[in-house]
Amino acid sequence: MKAERAAWLLVGPALLVIAVFFFVPVLAAFALSLTDFDIYALADLRNLRFVGADNYLTLLATPLFWRALGNTLYFVVLGVPLSIGASLGAALLVNAKLAWLKPFFRTAFFAPVVTSMVAVAVIWRYLYHTRYGFINYVLDLLGLGPVDWLGDPHISMTAIVLFAVWKNFGYNMIIFLAGLQAIPAELYEAAELDGARPLAMLRHITLPALAPTMFMVSILTMAGYFQLFAEPYVMTEGGPLQSTVSVLYFMYEQGFKWWNLGSATAVAFVLFLLMFAVTLLQMRLAGRGMEE
Amino acid sequence: MNRTRRRLTLALAGAGLAAGCTRSGGDAVRLRFWAMGREGEAAKELLAPFEQANPHIRIEVQQMPWTSAQEKLLTAFAGDVSPDICQLGNTWLPQFAALRALTPLDAPLAASTALDARDYFPGIWDANRVGATLYGIPWYVDTRALYYRKDLLARTGFARPPRDWAEWTRSMAALKARSPSDYAVLLPLNEFEPLLALALQQDAPLLREDGRYGNFRSADFKRTLSFYAGIFRREWAPALSNTQISNVWDEFGNGFFSYYISGPWNIAEFKRRLPADKQGVWMTAPLPGPNGPSASIAGGSSLVVFRSSRHPKEAWQVIEYLSRPEVQGRFYQLTGDLPPRRSAWAEPSLTRDPYAAAFGDQLERAKSPPKVPEWERIATEMRLVTEAVVAGRLSVDEAAAELDARADRILEKRRWMLARGSVQ
Repeated sequence: MKAERAAWLLVGPALLVIAVFFFVPVLAAFALSLTDFDIYALADLRNLRFVGADNYLTLLATPLFWRALGNTLYFVVLGVPLSIGASLGAALLVNAKLAWLKPFFRTAFFAPVVTSMVAVAVIWRYLYHTRYGFINYVLDLLGLGPVDWLGDPHISMTAIVLFAVWKNFGYNMIIFLAGLQAIPAELYEAAELDGARPLAMLRHITLPALAPTMFMVSILTMAGYFQLFAEPYVMTEGGPLQSTVSVLYFMYEQGFKWWNLGSATAVAFVLFLLMFAVTLLQMRLAGRGMEE
Repeated sequence: MNRTRRRLTLALAGAGLAAGCTRSGGDAVRLRFWAMGREGEAAKELLAPFEQANPHIRIEVQQMPWTSAQEKLLTAFAGDVSPDICQLGNTWLPQFAALRALTPLDAPLAASTALDARDYFPGIWDANRVGATLYGIPWYVDTRALYYRKDLLARTGFARPPRDWAEWTRSMAALKARSPSDYAVLLPLNEFEPLLALALQQDAPLLREDGRYGNFRSADFKRTLSFYAGIFRREWAPALSNTQISNVWDEFGNGFFSYYISGPWNIAEFKRRLPADKQGVWMTAPLPGPNGPSASIAGGSSLVVFRSSRHPKEAWQVIEYLSRPEVQGRFYQLTGDLPPRRSAWAEPSLTRDPYAAAFGDQLERAKSPPKVPEWERIATEMRLVTEAVVAGRLSVDEAAAELDARADRILEKRRWMLARGSVQ
């Protein structure tokens, strides 16, 4: 009994902080999402109307929200596997016994993660330039026609995906590297004695041993990619034809450009529910995978 | 969700910090003056002589970046730590007036001998009135006019810039015919200003019934939109946004386009960025109108006094000082910002600048966009819907109907508030 009270006393401050800085704001935000809070309400609270679920219903009837959701899903579905693939590939390369100048490559691959988004976005805008861009220059050498990377609404999101993957893969690479280095060398030695080929070793030793890391990386990457914002904000401002508006970008414009905080928080909650559901699904799948 | 929470926390923290700074020390009156970007730097320099002449007034100039200024001002208002005087963009004025954050300036103006409303460009002055009340004194003005390549126009047989849409159309056709891989004009798809300037040239207002509903289905607006969309359809303008053109000034020098609708700040940019051999070949002109010279956007920044200020009298003194013609002349020298008073245009460095003359002429006919807090949002919708027209996804009639629908939705709260009488 006494131990229990001591335990509560010890965790009490932490719980209090979490309650004040997490649960209270979330509850307040939820209350906000049931009103039409905007700058008029900021001037005078009598201008605030309780609208119930109206913000949510209006949102579901807004074509731009669905477009933004579609854009975000496209970004996640294309970006997450690409990003994880690139990270894993880079980690395997940097970790390989034959690799040369390991610290250099490790640093080089990690460099985009720590450089300023705005600075690299400017460079990538030059790379993507339809007339003078390096990417189109290379395509031209290969005999392919120029691609309007950021101006064609069918291609712009793919351009954003490539940029985001390049910017972020180094982070997961470091996590994978740590995972790879934790795999006991004896396993590989034993496999070698049994005459296993490198590909078999990758399939039967490396990947299974990396499964927990992979699980964590995929959840973190997915959660991060659902919150796509800065890339379209600095590269395209959501254009052309709103083809790169993400859910978070949509929320930002509602909340901090037009000050419709009521509907902006409704967007936030919808996004939260969506990410929660996808994460649950991932855990279910991963759990089943690990039991096997 | 993460982001909202972070922003709100930051906002609260920011408000707290600002509150810490408002102690008034000594017996001197301390005025807090917030200004944006380069104007902030210039304000410090301009106010030094004023402080010497008025030792009992100390002015703390705080500079804000333009991109976060609106957010900071709204946060300060919510936290009750607004500045005494502030530079406010014309399009934000209706918003802060709706918040009842600003002091009406009609009474101090009536008592003032230094300020004369008739000396100001009428469109700019009008932009500072919401309803019948004056909330700001124009500090500098800007409007959109036409930049053009003299040499390229001359090559296609046009000795002077176009004055009306018909001339402009003929000139653009000739430019495109002579150099099909280039374009006649640049109308960036991520800017609403060029279309807005052309739309303001028509008689029909853009919103009707005191800003209750959109008026985009008017014949006048449709005429402007058809003209604008036609320029893209005939490939006289590239369907590009500004972010896709890596360097507007270089491309203007290259002759990628011959006409460009932009503001006075680009005078200095073109002077600085174009190579020496291209310096003699460009000029500015008032915007061509449907039937001869016509309106453009009345923009720029005004000086306002916040209602929460405890020293409105001293704040007004500062505004009077900054509005003196000679101080405005100095302001132009420091920043290149054009003065809103006609008497300040006698400033020699301004009369000597051949590029400024077109803007001076245009300012006589500048017209304020609708003065409702929701305007910027409606203008953004106008840009988005127009982009769909340019891409061939909507016809002009469909776009006008869609725009009215969107504007009416955005103005719903305003209609409710007008019905209750809680907004002007």
